[in-house]
Amino acid sequence: MHLIDVELGVWVKVIGFEGNRRFQNRLLQHGFYPGDRMRILRVAPLNGPLLVEVSGREIALGLGVAKRIIVEAEQ
Amino acid sequence: MTKTLRFALVGHPNCGKSTLFNQVAGYKAETGNFHGTTVTFTASKVRVGGEVVEVVDLPGAYTLDGLNPAESVARDYLESNDVDVVINVADASHLAQSLELTLELLPLKRPIILALNMFDEATRLGLKIDGPGLEKKLGVKVLPLIASKGRGVRGLFLTAKHIAQSEPNDTPRFVLSANEPLARHHAAQELVSEFVHQGEHTLSMRDRFDDVLLHPVWGYGALVLVLLAFFEVVYGIGRLTEPPLLALFDKLMVFATQPFGAQSFWGTVISGVMQGVAGGVAIVFPYLIPFLLGLGLLEDIGYLPRIAFLMDALMHRIGLHGKAIVPFILGYGCNVPAVMSTRTLDEPRERFLAAALSTLVPCAARLAVVFGLVAFYLGPLPALGLYIFNLFVIAVTGQILTRLMPEDTPGMILEMPPYRAPTLKAVVNKAWFRIREFVVEAWPTLIAGSAVLAILQYFHAARIFNFLALPVTWVLGLPFETGVPLIFGILRKELSLVMLGQALGTMNFASVMSPVQLFTFTVFVVFYVPCLATLITLRRELGTKGTLWITALTIIVALAAGLLARGVALLFLV
Repeated sequence: MHLIDVELGVWVKVIGFEGNRRFQNRLLQHGFYPGDRMRILRVAPLNGPLLVEVSGREIALGLGVAKRIIVEAEQ
Repeated sequence: MTKTLRFALVGHPNCGKSTLFNQVAGYKAETGNFHGTTVTFTASKVRVGGEVVEVVDLPGAYTLDGLNPAESVARDYLESNDVDVVINVADASHLAQSLELTLELLPLKRPIILALNMFDEATRLGLKIDGPGLEKKLGVKVLPLIASKGRGVRGLFLTAKHIAQSEPNDTPRFVLSANEPLARHHAAQELVSEFVHQGEHTLSMRDRFDDVLLHPVWGYGALVLVLLAFFEVVYGIGRLTEPPLLALFDKLMVFATQPFGAQSFWGTVISGVMQGVAGGVAIVFPYLIPFLLGLGLLEDIGYLPRIAFLMDALMHRIGLHGKAIVPFILGYGCNVPAVMSTRTLDEPRERFLAAALSTLVPCAARLAVVFGLVAFYLGPLPALGLYIFNLFVIAVTGQILTRLMPEDTPGMILEMPPYRAPTLKAVVNKAWFRIREFVVEAWPTLIAGSAVLAILQYFHAARIFNFLALPVTWVLGLPFETGVPLIFGILRKELSLVMLGQALGTMNFASVMSPVQLFTFTVFVVFYVPCLATLITLRRELGTKGTLWITALTIIVALAAGLLARGVALLFLV
């Protein structure tokens, strides 16, 4: 599933990204590595961005970005 | 003469690298352009233990083989320049991510010091970092640092100087066999689990602040309050400082032109030059200084990313991301800092779009025209209508431009830093760099342009402008004589109002212009070609081509909006 389908506050694992190399690099630079744990902290109204926690940092992700991050539920 | 030592600061965005730089940099700091990009690095001469060294603040980078201009600047600089010591500034409160960059730096054959910045914050988070252990493992000097409070700064630079002047040591460094991102990521996490211990976690204030400031309802309420306070204070300073400054200049002008006679050639030239000087003063003191200080303060506290988070959805409607809200906010004060602030956007397309649209935002000078013509002669309601109409035109222009320049990035990725107490020094330094840019680059051009217009006026050549502007005045049904004030308005937007009286031969505009004409004239003034100071700033940020495109765009938008306003005004004002 994609990050956009994940519920608020649930920890998930990053699997990969859909997009070109430049996009992937941008995500890697912000600490989104396959295998890392992340969760959604807040959601802005009116199709606004998500605030997620990954490697101890908080990052705002636009919906376009959240649609392209593939995640997996934690066991 | 011995060679000046050079230290380069390298680190992630938000690691407090610039705070460290601002702690030591003097006013002599130089901003350099690299490879024609608008991403700059800053260098300053600093006195360390009785000796002058050069400290270079490279743009924040997550990695050295990054693709964005800021990161390639850091890499190119380290590769091509004579750097004696690399000071790697790490965020101790998020050490794992910072160490990824460190691991990338270690193979470089240059002395490196790892400065663990924000050590106080790490301690507050309950993190215990084994510095000596890390130092031994990595093979480079590791020092704690609290740049925001100036603690550890002196020791850091003295150590750097000592290392630069002693024999190169051959301590083996911790170098990964496969130096690629994923390997560095895992190695950094292992290092953290080995040398950082999580102790008692003290509850952060951050979550409580964000519960309000990022709330779907209260967040927007707080945003409106913050912006109201911001504009109230900043406009307040402008209102207090601008009239006395300009009055002073009027007196100086009379005094300076007296020996020649105000109507003589030299009198005209001097008054033209003084007009240019006054134009700069009228921007720098009342607007640039308070706006850039205010912006620096919001930035330092960490509120700007919160605004971006709240406004992202809205900005998407005009083809931009949340980060691009800043130029729009600043635009209501002055377009010059608005255009300067587009530099923080990632993509060239975003920078162009944000710059183009923010020049359509009515600045304080255009507010004066709206007040003097529309609010004064037609009443407050049409003036308010004009502001709403302005937002509508910006939205439509944004929509059209977005169609013409399709988006190539999927959206915003923006780190939300913790709230921090601002430091006066950092805020003042940041504002100072940008103000100096304006003073050095834009102001002289403004003065020259002003002098040229004055000379044209002396030879009664200014009337050509009425003919030049004829296509516009004819289409919009404006009096022929409004051409001169429209052209002079490019110099400084208030001049459109000031010179209208001169051009029409009366100060009671309503006696020679109909309400529809007054409204249409003001709409055109609000949208057409930004003032000269903004144009020069645009050229610096986007280059000549981008500036010409934006100039053409504003004329088209102003004509279309003027025609539309004329039609609407005919319906309501007659």
